[in-house]
Amino acid sequence: MRKPTNFELWFVGAAAVLLLVILPGLNLTPPGTLLHVSDFTINLYGKYLCYGIVAISVDLLWGYTGLLSLGQCLFFALGGYMMGMYLMRMIGDLGQYHQPIPDFLVFLGWSKLPAFWQPFSSFAFAMLMVIVLPALVAMGFGFLAFRSRIKGVYFSILTQALTYAGCLLFFRNDMLMGGNNGFTDFKFMCGYDLRQPAVQRGLYICTVLLLLGTYGVCKWLTNSKFGKVQCAIRDSENRVLFSGYATAHFKLFVFVLAAIIAGLAGALYVPQVGIINPSEMATDKSLEAIVWVSVGGRGTLIGPVIGAFAVNAMKSWATRAYPDLWLIFLGSTFILVTLFMPRGIVGLPAQLGGLKKRWLNRKPVDVDPAVTPKEAELAKPNPK
Amino acid sequence: MNKYLYSFAGLAAGLSLATSAMADDTVKVGILHSLSGTMAISETSLRDVLLYAFDEINTAGGVKVGDKSYKIEPVVVDGASNWPLFAEKAKQLLEEDKVAVTFGCWTSVSRKSVLPVFEKDNGLLFYPVQYEGEELSKNIFYTAEAVNQQATPAVDYLLAQGKKKFYLIGTDYVYPQTTDLILYKYLLLHGVPIENIGGGLRKDADGKVISAGKYVPFGHTDFQQIVAEIKQFAASGDACVINTINGDSNVPFFKEIVAAGLTPDDCPVVSFSLAEDELRSMPTKDLVGELGCWTYFMSLTTPENTSFLKSWYDWLGTETHPGVIKEKRVVDSPMVLSYDGVYLWKQAVEKAGSFDVDKVRAVLESGDISFAGPGGKITIQPNHHATKNVYIGETKANGQFKIVKTFDQVYGEPFMLKDLDAKLAKQ
Repeated sequence: MRKPTNFELWFVGAAAVLLLVILPGLNLTPPGTLLHVSDFTINLYGKYLCYGIVAISVDLLWGYTGLLSLGQCLFFALGGYMMGMYLMRMIGDLGQYHQPIPDFLVFLGWSKLPAFWQPFSSFAFAMLMVIVLPALVAMGFGFLAFRSRIKGVYFSILTQALTYAGCLLFFRNDMLMGGNNGFTDFKFMCGYDLRQPAVQRGLYICTVLLLLGTYGVCKWLTNSKFGKVQCAIRDSENRVLFSGYATAHFKLFVFVLAAIIAGLAGALYVPQVGIINPSEMATDKSLEAIVWVSVGGRGTLIGPVIGAFAVNAMKSWATRAYPDLWLIFLGSTFILVTLFMPRGIVGLPAQLGGLKKRWLNRKPVDVDPAVTPKEAELAKPNPK
Repeated sequence: MNKYLYSFAGLAAGLSLATSAMADDTVKVGILHSLSGTMAISETSLRDVLLYAFDEINTAGGVKVGDKSYKIEPVVVDGASNWPLFAEKAKQLLEEDKVAVTFGCWTSVSRKSVLPVFEKDNGLLFYPVQYEGEELSKNIFYTAEAVNQQATPAVDYLLAQGKKKFYLIGTDYVYPQTTDLILYKYLLLHGVPIENIGGGLRKDADGKVISAGKYVPFGHTDFQQIVAEIKQFAASGDACVINTINGDSNVPFFKEIVAAGLTPDDCPVVSFSLAEDELRSMPTKDLVGELGCWTYFMSLTTPENTSFLKSWYDWLGTETHPGVIKEKRVVDSPMVLSYDGVYLWKQAVEKAGSFDVDKVRAVLESGDISFAGPGGKITIQPNHHATKNVYIGETKANGQFKIVKTFDQVYGEPFMLKDLDAKLAKQ
């Protein structure tokens, strides 16, 4: 939309230095020293930042193009599953049954690898699928939805149905994707032991880089002419249509791009969290992503990341500190944000600034008690 | 934003100061259950019984290691029915709180999610809920019922009752699928012909059976067609139903069974996922006379159970932990197996003279650690499972069970599939 303000540039730069240099550096200090950052924290931040990337993709759709997708976590989970298939192959014969195929296939009675699993022994192929599968699903669904001019709440409901369908499909054991349990107990990635702190740190740094990359691409895109069309579609699609733009193509492109971004985030999320299963596709996960965006600030690119980070950090803290009350805590935060901070955390300074201005510019009300309102009305000069 | 961060940090620092100040003679123990989300209805009861066990031990003087005794300091975290969050909370318990042991998990997927964490950080987890087996981690002790401590004894009982036809139905996930596959092989081994196993078989390309029984998705409600099929299957009068349906779907299932006129006399249903706690929220009149199979029933009249129930209700009357519901409470097998786990761990720690996981594990694996629990004697085996009594009960209208059969001291066997395959190949 706008050129990045100085403040935003400073903020992103400082965050990049903090996340990319200072935190991993402090992680390298021996435990017990002041300001030491534990492996646990690094791992946790990696997870939050993956959520942050998903939040950017949601905002690209919702905040910039006006498409409220309630199914963004489908693409996140699909990317995760593709990475998961590769990681399952890398377990080799170190599973419970010491067979060369994944454990869940053994107890489903398979003795050899199903054909569609074969190519996932290659990292390059898996990474390709991390991008291609979410893109294909988004393209198929988006093409049909946008061509039929499905908009607004109908689009939201359909995306929600789509992710729910995906969830039910992956629950089925005969999908051969691990059913309810999904994939877990990963051991190696590209020859590195995933249980090593250094490898987890590497994944964390990759996540920061992906986040910065995503931010950069989205910033460039939304500042370009394309971004102007995007916002125009959000604000009045019919006028854009009548001006001769094929809005369906624009929307399809944004939808597919957002799916790819979410898929990449999912692929980095799985090796850091250690599990992928169909509950990631459940509708409430995608709704949570919407909450992150609205808490952080919709229609900005740093807002969603701040929102994802803040909400999840609060969740991590509260599930340990107040295991009985944390849901009430979280719920009231969302209600308060929606009611009183419509522009989210990022919009707070502007909102406060606005309030301050109104307070300073308030007109002193001096009423002459001798003059009734009627007389005051009459005393005004005739506007004609 | 910064202000919040500071207050968080301040609070966290305050908490850690408070805990380290009193950490002299306490040992931290983790409770990792879902206190919110879909599993909360089941798992909250396990949190409660664990808090009860800790209070009981603390009142009796704590855990004695060497010549010192340690009070148990519970660290309760909420897994929130969210499987990646379970892994995060497990990491937090082990790496930040440095707990000596954790009691937790209900669903298999939550256990699978935390297993790599416990193995990496060399933690210790006690798992209390019936499960499908086919797993053995050096960092987990399974006080849970293995398939041969629930499903196969139930089948033995039904065979002895003269039942010749078995209909398998369950929810489509790992526990029912694996249990039914084991039962299919077990039934074949016991001379039940393949056409007498109902629900359908699925085979792979080589004709090998890879799945037996009928499966419905989570939350399924329409059982009309399936029950019609069961009625036809049971027309000969010597059939029974093995039910591994989980959760709410059981309500419409039993409604349909009653509507179809299938009574426990001509076609009994034995359920593996319905214990006293679940029956609280079910229309039990539809289930009267149907069977259940667990390693504990609340209706046991042993002195151990009587005194356990008395002090449990006394505790409920006086305890002050936040969030514990006091009305209409019952006790069931997963709760008792959680409780047993605490005492088995305490005994092992006292014998090892240390909280060190490797030392405690070595003592537990010796096979000498046993406890006279509410459900009878329970002994930890070298294979991390437990020998215990198995009971078969008939559901009563008040949601309790009448015990009709006891299998004494059944050895827990986690890997049945391989064993059955070998036996079948010999035949």
